[in-house]
Amino acid sequence: MTLRDIANLLEGEVLYPDADLDREVPCAFASDMISDILMCTKEPTLLLTGLTNNQVIRLSDMIDLSGIVFVRGKKPLQDVIDMASERGLPIISTKFTLYRCSGLLYNAGLRSCKI
Amino acid sequence: MAEYWYIAEGFEERIDGFRSKKSEAEVDLEFEIPEKDFNTAGKGSSELKNLLKRLGVNSEILRRIAVASYEAEINVAAHSKGGIMHSAVYDELIHIRFQDEGPGIEDIDQAMVPGYSTADDLVRELGFGAGLGLPNIKKNSDAMHIVSAKGNPTVLEFFIYFS
Repeated sequence: MTLRDIANLLEGEVLYPDADLDREVPCAFASDMISDILMCTKEPTLLLTGLTNNQVIRLSDMIDLSGIVFVRGKKPLQDVIDMASERGLPIISTKFTLYRCSGLLYNAGLRSCKI
Repeated sequence: MAEYWYIAEGFEERIDGFRSKKSEAEVDLEFEIPEKDFNTAGKGSSELKNLLKRLGVNSEILRRIAVASYEAEINVAAHSKGGIMHSAVYDELIHIRFQDEGPGIEDIDQAMVPGYSTADDLVRELGFGAGLGLPNIKKNSDAMHIVSAKGNPTVLEFFIYFS
């Protein structure tokens, strides 16, 4: 599944132009707690979260994130969007809840990441 | 002062050998970690990871170092009055040492229990305070050492081998 497929499925808005949406996403993880997210050290992972502060982007310096989906209609501030764009990290915002996003993606065949 | 040691199975001799040898580090890096400054917190670990990447460290080891270091950096920013992160890169391993200015850990064994957290509301709002900081450091390192007591500075150090 590519990020473009994911953005379509979640009716998401891509938060900066020329984000690389053709990237293949092998798996996903969903959490609002940073230390939980840091358990994903094994493979490139799509992150679904309600956190929008700069530390969420900084996480991608530590672990390999394929992209981030901000749920429940949340959008980070412009400086956080800029941080993602500088790193070439695609970010998407969707109105759907974390539960609904997870269910939709799981049903479409996106598996859970190894921890 | 209370002390906590964790050494992963099979690493006892290597760690003992390294600690008694007192070799000279090839690269030394120091970062200041100001109290509750979540704009800068994590930058030290980010820069360290970039440096190690340039030095050719294997990517899985690199992620383990970055996660352990980031968790420790956030701990200092979130729980202490500020501190210093000192990284020493040797031929075969990295040694990272965090020293803060207190107020110390009251019960280290309790702090090691996954899910236990003393984070305040500000810190929790940012998504920290899962109670997994120290367990994540332990999980990703080959050896970890904490010295602390209530009302005292905390020193946390960990060791990760490159192969």
